[in-house]
Amino acid sequence: MKFSSKLGGALLAAAMSATALSGAFAADDTIKIGVLHSLSGTMAISETTLKDAMLMLVEQQNKKGGLLGKKLEAVVVDPASDWPLFAEKARQLISQDKVAAVFGCWTSSSRKSVLPVFEELNSILFYPVQYEGEESSRNIFYTGAAPNQQAIPAVDYLANEEGVERWVLAGTDYVYPQTTNKILKAYLMSKGVAESDIMVNYTPFGHSDWQTIVSDIKKFGSAGKKTAVVSTINGDANVPFYKELGNQGVKAEDIPVVAFSVGEEELAGLDTKPLVGHLAAWNYFQSVDSEVNAEFIKEWHAFTKNDKRVTNDPMEAAYIGFNAWVKAVEAAGTTDTDAVLDSIIGVSVPNLSGGTSTVMPNHHITKPVLIGEIQADGQFEIVQQTPSVVGDEWSDYLPDSKNLISDWRKPMSCGNFNVDTGKCGGKGS
Amino acid sequence: MRITSLFAAFFALLLVSLAAPSFAQQPVDPKPLIDQLAKANFSQAEDLIGKMAAAGDARVVPVLQAFTDGDLYVRKTDNLVFIGKTAGNGFELVEPLTGESAGQVAKNAVTKIKVNNSLRRAIRSAMGGLTLLSPDRSVRLQAADAVMRSPSSENLELIEAALAKETDAEVKARMEEARAVSVLSSDRSVEEKRDAIQTIKDLGGRNALGILNTISGSIDPALTADVEAAVAALQSEQQLWDMAQNIWYGLSLGSVLLLAAIGLAITFGVMGIINMAHGEMVMLGAYSTFVVQQVIRDSAPALFEWSLAIALPVAFLVTGAVGFLIERGVIRFLYGRPLETLLATWGVSLILQQAIRSIFGPTNQEVGNPSWMTGSFPLGGMTITWNRMWIILFSLSIFFALLFLMKKSAYGLNMRAVTQNRRMASSMGIRTPWVDALTFALGSGIAGIAGVALSQIDNVSPNLGQSYIIDSFMVVVFGGVGNLWGTLVGALSLGVLNKFLEPSVGAVLGKILVLVLIILFIQKRPRGLFALKGRAVEA
Repeated sequence: MKFSSKLGGALLAAAMSATALSGAFAADDTIKIGVLHSLSGTMAISETTLKDAMLMLVEQQNKKGGLLGKKLEAVVVDPASDWPLFAEKARQLISQDKVAAVFGCWTSSSRKSVLPVFEELNSILFYPVQYEGEESSRNIFYTGAAPNQQAIPAVDYLANEEGVERWVLAGTDYVYPQTTNKILKAYLMSKGVAESDIMVNYTPFGHSDWQTIVSDIKKFGSAGKKTAVVSTINGDANVPFYKELGNQGVKAEDIPVVAFSVGEEELAGLDTKPLVGHLAAWNYFQSVDSEVNAEFIKEWHAFTKNDKRVTNDPMEAAYIGFNAWVKAVEAAGTTDTDAVLDSIIGVSVPNLSGGTSTVMPNHHITKPVLIGEIQADGQFEIVQQTPSVVGDEWSDYLPDSKNLISDWRKPMSCGNFNVDTGKCGGKGS
Repeated sequence: MRITSLFAAFFALLLVSLAAPSFAQQPVDPKPLIDQLAKANFSQAEDLIGKMAAAGDARVVPVLQAFTDGDLYVRKTDNLVFIGKTAGNGFELVEPLTGESAGQVAKNAVTKIKVNNSLRRAIRSAMGGLTLLSPDRSVRLQAADAVMRSPSSENLELIEAALAKETDAEVKARMEEARAVSVLSSDRSVEEKRDAIQTIKDLGGRNALGILNTISGSIDPALTADVEAAVAALQSEQQLWDMAQNIWYGLSLGSVLLLAAIGLAITFGVMGIINMAHGEMVMLGAYSTFVVQQVIRDSAPALFEWSLAIALPVAFLVTGAVGFLIERGVIRFLYGRPLETLLATWGVSLILQQAIRSIFGPTNQEVGNPSWMTGSFPLGGMTITWNRMWIILFSLSIFFALLFLMKKSAYGLNMRAVTQNRRMASSMGIRTPWVDALTFALGSGIAGIAGVALSQIDNVSPNLGQSYIIDSFMVVVFGGVGNLWGTLVGALSLGVLNKFLEPSVGAVLGKILVLVLIILFIQKRPRGLFALKGRAVEA
């Protein structure tokens, strides 16, 4: 009897420390932050890296003396690529572990799943991935790119530099590609591209047989006008897509592909020699030539004890988000949500491309847009860099949202202010 | 004597190839042009490439090649341009024109000259013009292709000069086509252009259609009718080829389904085990390929072309052994309890996935394609990719080998006896548990072999298996449980059906429609396409 209760106690303790990793016996002299990234399931491929990046940032901050005289402590949970579980784990982080802020999510589905939790429990989420826009929450900071910080400059580059007149918009069938393609289509048509010169194509998650689609792209491209593919194809499906492009001989000089979800990490599983010249648009590439980036890469290699690990854009977004939060907490003198929400607006922190990024009143940040071409070594050669662009949450090219703006400063404090009617509360939240 | 005459001939050829284009212009020293690249932006660099091509000095070809490969560097100390090759921690610099070594430098002593797609296009065109007279036949073929992709009036003169000297029939034909394309974008006479349109029409295929579409807007009005007729003829021809292409894609998708399902046709079809860990066996096979390639890359890079052949037995043994352990450790306690088997094997699949994730990490691993698995070849108006063709052949040979094993070998006889009537087989002296274990190992091993092939076309990640498990069950159930021929016909017909639906309704809806059709079909014929008949079914 005694034995079994002891065993039970031990099991319970083990379970507790497993959920909160090292945080089971946290004292008051630490500030806890939540890391909400999938470590198992389909999204683990992308999100594990961000978890490691967050742990590195916390370690660095602690080496610098912590925050407000206290040590930072990361509480890592695994929502296992399961969208409802994201909401559950977020609730656990905020109510049980009492974290000061959460850094996490990757897919838009997971963000939409946790959004009501953060608003209900009044906590802060930093979301580090490029997304489709059309959303603004008081409790979420979007440090990844909005469509105007990635998709639109990329299309402009192709139209101006490569003379593209015919467009294939290919994407995975879910909310990010659908919304991005809707915005792009409206944008292209506003620039005078005929509807017959735009082909939209969706494929299921993890699509692996690209023969028909690549051959359709070739067919679409043989109509006599310069053609390009704008790809919002999601992670896993990219490797077979690019392999098929290479095998069917679609060369970047003839039909370039510009991708919004393909970075250094995704190329790691590929022989990139047949893909040289295909493009990607991000706000950061590992090949960025700046001192702060060189330092960041060195620390990343040291932290992961692997000098082959690549860095990527969402890591930079996590870096900016974390540093902005640290600066805002220092300015406010507390980790209290309302105080930090006030103090973070206008905060400027260095980004990895050598400039600074500022948190804007619409909870998006400013950053430059980089266009890169894939190289034979799996890195990107930057062929264009724009000045800093402010993230635009409500696209100006969609009829539903072009009248909306977001400003979370008092007295407006509104995520969807309609400039036509002068009232808060349009479409969305 | 003979050697000297050979040498003489060689030098004569070389001289001709070097000197011929420069007859037209005053010889220009390309060196200053090359060094100007150091400070040029993209559009200035494009001008410089044009000037180098116009100078007609074939010595710039290696420089342009290095430029397009991204191997051209500027030395920071004196702003001179060199070709750089990675050597140790730095670069070995080579004088661009003479090929003489200029010593070794550290990585940060030079800056790379950037190249983008429009520069690559310009270089391709320039190199095409410059290498038309190369003594190497394959280089000339490439040059003709390059000229065809980037027609210009300068290239037209070069290609006509080259045509006059060309003796090889194939190269000559290719050059004629390239010339025709260049003629169409030049200001030659209407008659000459009409002949060119005919040449391109005879060339056929998607490329010809693209070329004619490109020029149709800007062509002489007198020729509009000719272009339209040629385009219409090509389009109707292309429609037939598209049909053939769809069938080919369908067979190719079907062969992938067959590969994924054939192991399951044994474990589920013959033994009746609902094996949710089947996909993970495929994944283990793919990871075996990865490990084999890693070892080969480290210890014997020369064997890389054979890596897949070496990986086949390795993958079969690894996954067969894992399958054996699963059967002995888990499944044998659960015979006759399908629900528990389902849950237990699903648990095993999660364990295997997470184990691989912990050992190899969650990211994709790079499995290289041997050269015989890359690229494509044209067949009439279709493009056949090598990897798909080998996979079709491979899956069919696996199928027939398995069929032979089941029908003709003593082990196959035992296996069929056990699955049809276990007690009778047992009383005839067959060690039924042993046959069960071996059969499950065989099914798993074949899934592993499938993994070797699938590693060539899909991600090698811990999730690899998940994407095939549903499809595999679908094929086996559709084809008829327990029937290998059913699996073959089921896989190929699902593949072809999918590929005929895809162009008209899209990939997402196509997949859904296939599922709906299968559900309807199973309602009508619950035992699938080829149902087993006789008393064995009732047992």
